[in-house]
Amino acid sequence: MIDFSSFITEALQLLILLLAAPAFTGWVKTFKCLMQGRTYAGIFQPYRDIVKLFSKEVILAENASWIFRFTPYIVFGVTVLIGGIIPLISIDLPLADTADVIALVMLFAIIRFFTALAGMDIGTAFGGMGSSREMTIASLAEPAMLMAVFTVSLGANSTSLTHVVQVMAHGQFVLRPSLAFALLAFIMVHLTETGRVPVDNPATHLELTMIHEAMILEYSGRHLALIEWAGMMKLFIYSALGIAIFCPWGIAATDDPIAMLAGGVFLFCKLAVGGVVLVLIETGLAKVRLFRLTEYLGSAFLLATLGMLSFFILE
Amino acid sequence: MTLPLAAQINSVMAALILLTAFGLLIQRRILGLLHLFAWQGFFLSVSTAIVGYVTGVHHLFISSLLTLTFKVILLPYILYALMKKLKIRREIESMVNIPGTMLIGIALVIFSYHLTSPITHLSNLVTRSTLAVALATVMLGLLMMVTRSHAVTQIIGFLAMENGLFFAATSATYGMPMVVELGVALDLLIAALIFGIFFFHISTTFDSLDVAQMAKLKEED
Repeated sequence: MIDFSSFITEALQLLILLLAAPAFTGWVKTFKCLMQGRTYAGIFQPYRDIVKLFSKEVILAENASWIFRFTPYIVFGVTVLIGGIIPLISIDLPLADTADVIALVMLFAIIRFFTALAGMDIGTAFGGMGSSREMTIASLAEPAMLMAVFTVSLGANSTSLTHVVQVMAHGQFVLRPSLAFALLAFIMVHLTETGRVPVDNPATHLELTMIHEAMILEYSGRHLALIEWAGMMKLFIYSALGIAIFCPWGIAATDDPIAMLAGGVFLFCKLAVGGVVLVLIETGLAKVRLFRLTEYLGSAFLLATLGMLSFFILE
Repeated sequence: MTLPLAAQINSVMAALILLTAFGLLIQRRILGLLHLFAWQGFFLSVSTAIVGYVTGVHHLFISSLLTLTFKVILLPYILYALMKKLKIRREIESMVNIPGTMLIGIALVIFSYHLTSPITHLSNLVTRSTLAVALATVMLGLLMMVTRSHAVTQIIGFLAMENGLFFAATSATYGMPMVVELGVALDLLIAALIFGIFFFHISTTFDSLDVAQMAKLKEED
């Protein structure tokens, strides 16, 4: 007999992801404006942007192939799939068994692969440049991400995300230096993967510095809306993933509606705080020069590896 | 259950010491190096105090205090004053490629873990697991002395090595006898003074503190 209540949880979680992701991006933007003394557009501006883009006409380049048209849908679809795998409000998810953390990193790689292909598909100089940069950065960020995730998995003896979260949430309280290292490395990779300030500026459209924006420069209309929405969900997912792994207290373990409501409230509060931390990091740091990124991501890899080593040495 | 908690805090301190050792390895600015060195001394002093508290070996408190005064306050201050006096303006120094150095550093940590694991199995002290970190700190200090060419940076590398040795003594045998520790602390102070004199001579002879310049010191033929 299939347990339907867990499917309802799953659907609820996807709904939260789709609807709350733009609000989270809006919160980050609003708070950033507040911090920097600028006028803000409000938390709901990303919704208005998405609606505006959906109502606009799609303009395709003459030589755009199927890859270019197909990419927005695959980016959006895979992002939603990832959202179904990671535990947001409850760890009782039927989809969670389909992929462990390694597969999760691979799913992110699929998104990146198709975005990079689409960037090169039109044949503009910017697209190719953006793709090249994105792949360079990804090749350095992925090992660091995997190492950070492995460090956490070592503690839980499993690569299954829900199992890791369960162990972290209900295990005995132990001071673990390896987790601190893994958290630092994860934050650095988080900033890289979601294109935040030390690596890429999400607000820039300046040719010389943009990475992610360069690849999607040729998109318009509903295609752009889907990609932007997926980008917001990616930011939401990465933040929620960090919260789920490193600070899972309060997440619901069962389908009990009250526990899930509590999980939702906890997630809301933790994301609000997470957004503040993100903005503080972004305001405090300057953008790293592109050729210094190897050092930045090298440090992330170093931290993750140190985390793993200190697990063996010290724990 | 105070013992395991103290051991856990000690592990965290060990991890932080290792982190600062890597920070020293990859930091370019000399002022940043001084700060990191002071932090390393601070973590070392806290760790020593914790070990002293857990084991009841009370002279460790004195060595913790010595570490605090010498390595956190006095030595960084002396080096800072030297920097001011010698007008080291060019703070960013060129060095071997940083990611490469980091990878060598990681290899050294694994090597020292491998080296100390038999000792760790034999020992039954609370602090036995931090021995690998101590050895790694010594090796990272050595690596720093090898890869850097600036005289002040090399001295900081040397002092970091000394930190590692001190940490090794604490974690392997609950500290050296008091007399030895006092002697080492005094030696360090004297060494810092002698370094200062050397810095003056190097900088007046070569107009720079880059020890690569010393290759010029050979007879013409």
